[in-house]
Amino acid sequence: MAINREYVGRAYPATEPYEVSRVKIAEFADAIGDPNPVYRDVAAARAAGHADVIAPPTFAIVISMAGSGGAIADPGLGLNYALVVHGEQRFEYSRPIAAGDVVTAQATISDIRAVGTLSMLTTSTEIRTVAGEHVCTALSTLVERGSSGE
Amino acid sequence: MSDQVNYEDVEVGAEIPAVSYPATRLSLVKYCGASGDFNVIHWNERIARSVGLPNVIAHGMFTMAQAGRFVTDWAGPGATVAEFGVRFSAPVVVPDDDAGAEIEVTGKVEEKLGDNRVALALTARSAGIKVLARARAIVKLP
Repeated sequence: MAINREYVGRAYPATEPYEVSRVKIAEFADAIGDPNPVYRDVAAARAAGHADVIAPPTFAIVISMAGSGGAIADPGLGLNYALVVHGEQRFEYSRPIAAGDVVTAQATISDIRAVGTLSMLTTSTEIRTVAGEHVCTALSTLVERGSSGE
Repeated sequence: MSDQVNYEDVEVGAEIPAVSYPATRLSLVKYCGASGDFNVIHWNERIARSVGLPNVIAHGMFTMAQAGRFVTDWAGPGATVAEFGVRFSAPVVVPDDDAGAEIEVTGKVEEKLGDNRVALALTARSAGIKVLARARAIVKLP
């Protein structure tokens, strides 16, 4: 089944607030193998001009996936997750995510396209603090293999 | 950690030396836990092969993270990343041995955009195959 193009433009509710912790940032930095002290050491982060430890650029995916997950799992969309691979990813940052941020993620389906036997779903997820400050927009394109030749 | 790069010292066309980053089965297990992405193709060889993959593959976001590290290590601690985008052109295949896979990242200063912003064009290869395409970062330098 092809994914439902009528879902382009559909906006999903923002997630519950997510509190970014120093421990989670350090765990993520360890997992990607990055020893940079600005991800672990408050003094190093402050010396670099930040209020607290910051997160690696791709940490934003942990938060944005919570927002876009609602779209991906929407039964009316008809996405078969077993056939899905990550096609493209882009982030636009207003500033780095930092420990102590309390943020929500709000996803919108920005595009659905068929390319040959592939279906491509692009979501745009805005990460904002609970006070409304824009931190990052994550644009994710998922590719569903072999779905449009029904 | 590299030294700080300053906007005025950056030259368009300058090549950033290649860095090779390891990806082992342990890396992927840790990334599953830290990211919350437990898709079985990143840790279960039997299922990965059953869906037509050559072996367990790295998360695309793990590969993107290595390219991100390449950018932030080059730019230095006083820089911030303004934009970062990639297309995942091929999977990084991670065998069950002590060496795992290597992800080799290279970069080039593509453009000076003004307002202290620099665009970098990046490449990433594993086992000779291009694993990221259209990889580009914009960093704001001191």
